[in-house]
Amino acid sequence: MDSQASTASVHEDHESFAHHVRRYLYVFYALIFGTLLTVGASYIPFGDRAINITVALIIACSKAFLVAGFFMHLISERKMIYGILAFTAFFFAGLMFLILLAYADFPLHTITH
Amino acid sequence: MDIPYTVQPRPDTGLYNAKVGIWLFLASEVMLFGALFSSYILLRVSAPEGYWPHGWLNIPIGTTNTLVLICSSITTVMAWASCKMNQFGRFKFWHACTILLALTFVCIKSYEYHDKFTHYEIDLKDGRIADGHLVEKSADNVVIHGRYVTDRKELFDLRRPGEEIKHEEITIPRAQIQKMENYGPWHHTYLAIYFTLTGLHALHVIGGAIVIGCLWGPLSRQWKREPERFTNRIEISGLFWHFVDLVWIFLFPVLYLL
Repeated sequence: MDSQASTASVHEDHESFAHHVRRYLYVFYALIFGTLLTVGASYIPFGDRAINITVALIIACSKAFLVAGFFMHLISERKMIYGILAFTAFFFAGLMFLILLAYADFPLHTITH
Repeated sequence: MDIPYTVQPRPDTGLYNAKVGIWLFLASEVMLFGALFSSYILLRVSAPEGYWPHGWLNIPIGTTNTLVLICSSITTVMAWASCKMNQFGRFKFWHACTILLALTFVCIKSYEYHDKFTHYEIDLKDGRIADGHLVEKSADNVVIHGRYVTDRKELFDLRRPGEEIKHEEITIPRAQIQKMENYGPWHHTYLAIYFTLTGLHALHVIGGAIVIGCLWGPLSRQWKREPERFTNRIEISGLFWHFVDLVWIFLFPVLYLL
């Protein structure tokens, strides 16, 4: 009986992982597509380089979501990991905010172009 | 003494300890790369108009390296899934692919570095600037494959639409040379941050490849004794590897395309 249950469990695991593997492959195709899209979009003259930068960063963020969400299993993680990442995001945002402070606060007699 | 919770989840966190450990480590890595990304932004927005390089890096090579890392990510996740499905042979195959892809990435990156270290900007005494790749250096002459420009600004945007840049072999007598400098990190702040970011990233690739290589080789014996613990180790090393891929996802457009 135990042996049967164990076989059924292993089979279920295989089924479940076969499903996961299919999902990983879709993510892989999406990442390849995203990369080619990033390169293609960089050749489109949108008129303003800021638009090119925005488009490239949107695609990069989508790819990062796919890698973090599916390959790193963040879409179904424990609360503790989300807690660690929330702190990281907070301090990362702070780090980026520092640039604004530095950029707006040049010392006297600094040569700016 | 046994290390606790290497397989079973700890009751208070719901996770085995190594997983909490790797996520804390990755959080510190985010801050490390975050600091360098913020430096990049500051350098870029502070650069004078027209003096931030575009097209200094080879896009097909960068794209190839991006695809190589994406492929290594899928092979990593497949290696872990193979362990979960009790298919050790497949695990060996997928992680062998990961290691080969990691080596491919490092080889391509080395080629790119070599390309930059053999690329010279030569200021001549008559005011012209010769720019190109070194072909030959002798006591009397320097030969490069490149072009002459009269204004340094012409060297910065190589992706201007409709402009075709022609290169030819140029022999420059040493007596005419005022200053000669290659495209190393000292040449421009863009190259300084490029070498810092990609060098740090390459160190992560090498480190990750060493760990994965150990798990693929000598440490794989653990599979027979403690398959679940071994599978968790594969997951942990995989999380690190995906992070390395994640960093490159941002490095590629930022350094190569924008």
